[in-house]
Amino acid sequence: MDETMTVTETQKKAQSESGAVEVSGAEQNPGRLRIKHLLGLEGVCREDIELIFATSRSFKDILDRPIKKVPPLRGQTVVNLFYEPSTRTRISFELAEKRLSADIVNFTASASSVQKGESLRDTVKNILAMKTDVIVIRHPCAGAPHFLTRATDAIILNAGDGSHEHPTQGLLDIYTMWERWGDVKGKRVLIVGDILHSRVARSNIWGLLTVGAQVAVCGPATLMPAFVHHIGVEVFTNLDKALAPGADAINCLRIQRERQSSDFLPSMREYSRLYGIDARRAASLRPGGLIMHPGPMNRGVEITSDVADGENSVILDQVTNGLAVRMAALYLLCGGQAPAKEEGV
Amino acid sequence: MSAELISSRPVMDAAAMRRAIERIAHEILERNDGLNDVVLIGIRTRGAPLAERIASVAERVEGSAPPVGYLDISFYRDDLRGSLAQPVVQRTEILFDIAGKIVVLVDDVLFTGRTIRAALDALTDLGRPRAIQLAVLVDRGHRELPIRADYVGKNLPTARAEQVVVQLSERDGADGVVVGRLAAGKKSKPQPALEFGPNNE
Repeated sequence: MDETMTVTETQKKAQSESGAVEVSGAEQNPGRLRIKHLLGLEGVCREDIELIFATSRSFKDILDRPIKKVPPLRGQTVVNLFYEPSTRTRISFELAEKRLSADIVNFTASASSVQKGESLRDTVKNILAMKTDVIVIRHPCAGAPHFLTRATDAIILNAGDGSHEHPTQGLLDIYTMWERWGDVKGKRVLIVGDILHSRVARSNIWGLLTVGAQVAVCGPATLMPAFVHHIGVEVFTNLDKALAPGADAINCLRIQRERQSSDFLPSMREYSRLYGIDARRAASLRPGGLIMHPGPMNRGVEITSDVADGENSVILDQVTNGLAVRMAALYLLCGGQAPAKEEGV
Repeated sequence: MSAELISSRPVMDAAAMRRAIERIAHEILERNDGLNDVVLIGIRTRGAPLAERIASVAERVEGSAPPVGYLDISFYRDDLRGSLAQPVVQRTEILFDIAGKIVVLVDDVLFTGRTIRAALDALTDLGRPRAIQLAVLVDRGHRELPIRADYVGKNLPTARAEQVVVQLSERDGADGVVVGRLAAGKKSKPQPALEFGPNNE
């Protein structure tokens, strides 16, 4: 029970420890990440994001080959620790791990000792006692991955923690833009929907600001967190005003029915009318503009079918890119955890 | 790049390098009886321009150029968790089928043989060539694996702790090979800076 306390207490400290550290020797080693874990995009430097993108591009080439598998994580064990339901992210991580030749253990909270009352720390200690190296974790509590960096020696990847961050989703969204445009700098990206509960929005905002994009967010005032007013982001509650200057990308967030208490929205129908992306609104995209959605889509609520399947839609590219970006993150993080020992070339 | 080395000495100048590349190209043509089914694959970074140079010599002699591809072996290295500097992963660009072809792998320096081991694994995942041959500009010895080159520009006896640096005008502004020792504190040769953007290499 005191676990949630520890999580919130340790979150800030863990972030400063593992978010943006280890700069020493980094100039000499452009192929290594400065971060040791991927907990969130807040505080991750531009060089790291660019390195992940450059590496993702090579992994994307591999996905088109007849043999879609490479050996760099051979002999390493990755645990996928999912305390929340997930299809897309878990499959994407699992495939990424398999294509890097890692051994995989899947853990879902509903079918485990968590039901018997075991704490997160004990679960992870037990799994690590079986000599595993990397943990991919999704957890309903914000800060759970940060807590693990303090409780264990494993490399931690955040696959979504509460309403906090979902860094690989943020990376794959920005990678999709970068792949299309060459550079994201100065592009106007509009994120529409439930910003308050969305970890996807948070990761996108931090990552986009780091790579120099112009970020705008739009959603009902009840679903707009206070922090967005202080970080150099345009904030709108009226979608048509938000779209008036034009946008290079519209990222439609899913209305998360499981995180909504009934007080935030009068009705889904009203939400759809005020904030749904339809063909008329999609027409205000600039040339080369992109329609994005992190999935799963509620067709007819936040996005209409003709837009979701239209020519500006890159929603399925996002899924493919997610695989490449997760391979790159796993590959780079595992390479970065170097034991200090001398070796020949 | 040579500024990083102390007590360095040049071992090959631009003219010697040009002659070595000419000879390697002629040896490839002679051994394979022309260019039939021959493809060149340069190992990134400096094997890539070397493969292009060999191809242009072959084109001058035979009238047609062999296909040239580029291989990045990062994902096949055996030292991912080692302490050495990791180069930024570059793209593998082999726009032709290598199945049934005679692949000539091209690299700048043959040292422990581990790069070539990784390249052989990478090629195996791309297809099944009829044969794989190896061309290197410099063979400096100290092999750790049973690998040898078919075409060698220069055999260069070195001490294990020495560094051999190949400079190519395409990347480094001038041609030449120098041998020296790294200044204290430098563990490995500097890596090329990250190039950012989907289309530049």
